[in-house]
Amino acid sequence: MTVDNKQVIAMKGTRDGLTLFLDDSCSFEQLVAELQEKINMSKTGKNEQTTTVVVKLGNRYLANGQKQKIASIIEDGNYFQVESFESDVIHLEEAVKWKEQSDVKIFNKIVRSGQVLTVTGDLLLIGDVNPGGRVEASGNIYVLGRLFGVAHAGKDGDKKAVIAASYLNPSQLRIAEYISRAPDYESDGVMMECGYIDEKEDKILVDRLQVLTKKRISLSGFERRMLNG
Amino acid sequence: MGEAIVITSGKGGVGKTTTTANIGTALALMDKKVCLIDTDIGLRNLDVIMGLENRIIYDIVDVIEERCKLKQALIKDKRFDYLSLLPAAQTSDKSAVTTEGMKKIIQELKQEYDYIIIDCPAGIEQGFQNAISGADRAIVVTTPEKSSVRDADRIVGLLEKEEMQAPSLIINRIRNHMMKNGDMLDIDEVVQVLSIDLIGIVQDDDEVIKASNNGEPIALQSKPKAAISYRNIARRILGESVPLESMEDDTGILKKMKKFFGLHV
Repeated sequence: MTVDNKQVIAMKGTRDGLTLFLDDSCSFEQLVAELQEKINMSKTGKNEQTTTVVVKLGNRYLANGQKQKIASIIEDGNYFQVESFESDVIHLEEAVKWKEQSDVKIFNKIVRSGQVLTVTGDLLLIGDVNPGGRVEASGNIYVLGRLFGVAHAGKDGDKKAVIAASYLNPSQLRIAEYISRAPDYESDGVMMECGYIDEKEDKILVDRLQVLTKKRISLSGFERRMLNG
Repeated sequence: MGEAIVITSGKGGVGKTTTTANIGTALALMDKKVCLIDTDIGLRNLDVIMGLENRIIYDIVDVIEERCKLKQALIKDKRFDYLSLLPAAQTSDKSAVTTEGMKKIIQELKQEYDYIIIDCPAGIEQGFQNAISGADRAIVVTTPEKSSVRDADRIVGLLEKEEMQAPSLIINRIRNHMMKNGDMLDIDEVVQVLSIDLIGIVQDDDEVIKASNNGEPIALQSKPKAAISYRNIARRILGESVPLESMEDDTGILKKMKKFFGLHV
């Protein structure tokens, strides 16, 4: 077998540990062989502290089985610990799911008593949520209208999710696993406010929409969606 | 070809049957051919309010199970030639009525009558599905109470899924002084939440109960406010634009004077 001299793996030490750059044009077998060699060479036996490793794959897509194999080679002997795999490409299925979760779904209707509107991603409802009605989203909920019923943002556990409405007078606000309910006395509701989880107080707070520019800086950015995905 | 209108509410006791009887009577007063259908199997009331209880021979279940012809089961009103009632069964099994059976009956009635007014049972089960199955449009009755509005909202949601015109709203049993004090939801609040067309408001009136007990729908009387309201609703159903009745008590000479001079009372 003719192996050209060009190395397919490059190592780079950083402050946080080690970064491995795996060439994305060679075969997987070649990669495994060289990785084995490199790792064996790096095992000094002296170093007792395990080093964390970030594996950069470039334009290579690895199936879970392949990732496991690479990880097992690196982690062999407990010298290294794989922190993450980073690839420039993702599987179509993941991409679709990702898109689904980062999309804003727009509905133009009234969610009436007994009705439940559930979406993956963000929900933009143009219309009211009547008493007894319910809206749920894996991301944020924006209501251009009056929110009287129950709203559940970050349904799959996203604590950064927010609920914003033109008129907020809900019977319950839920974000991730947090629940807050309306007071027992009759209240008038508030205009242009939002609910979010405050980390310090560890509960859902309701405040003016303007606070979101400070509390949820990434709300409009793509980054949040990436994290969400 | 007639139009079938279902009167529904979700919650019980808000006045569906009374509304059905009075709208039917009011339409008959305007020389329309009207047929009322009671679909509350097992708990029929419409015949009592119309004062036709004694004349029942066959009922809607007999028609569906083909024990009689539709014409035989229709009861002609005492007062109007073209006002008929198809009564509900009192004893038979509820499951006898199906949506297909209802549709067939309504289709047949539409050939002869201008308006078929269907009295829907409370709840959202099969009885409700049967009642709305043949209807072209729906009128939702609610009272200005939270629970009633909540149920009406649920009903509107269910009606929106059906292939029929957008439902209209009647707010029934309005108590003027309570609404003024804010002890009752006011009309705007109810309309805002339900966001459907308001076709009429009816004030709470002891006369309505009295009239129902006598088997003479109140719409036949000239004076009571509720009677005027029901007749106005009938006119709006016919397509006339009639302004909403004022909620003020215009009794007392002073108030009348003030009103005459355009002062706010």
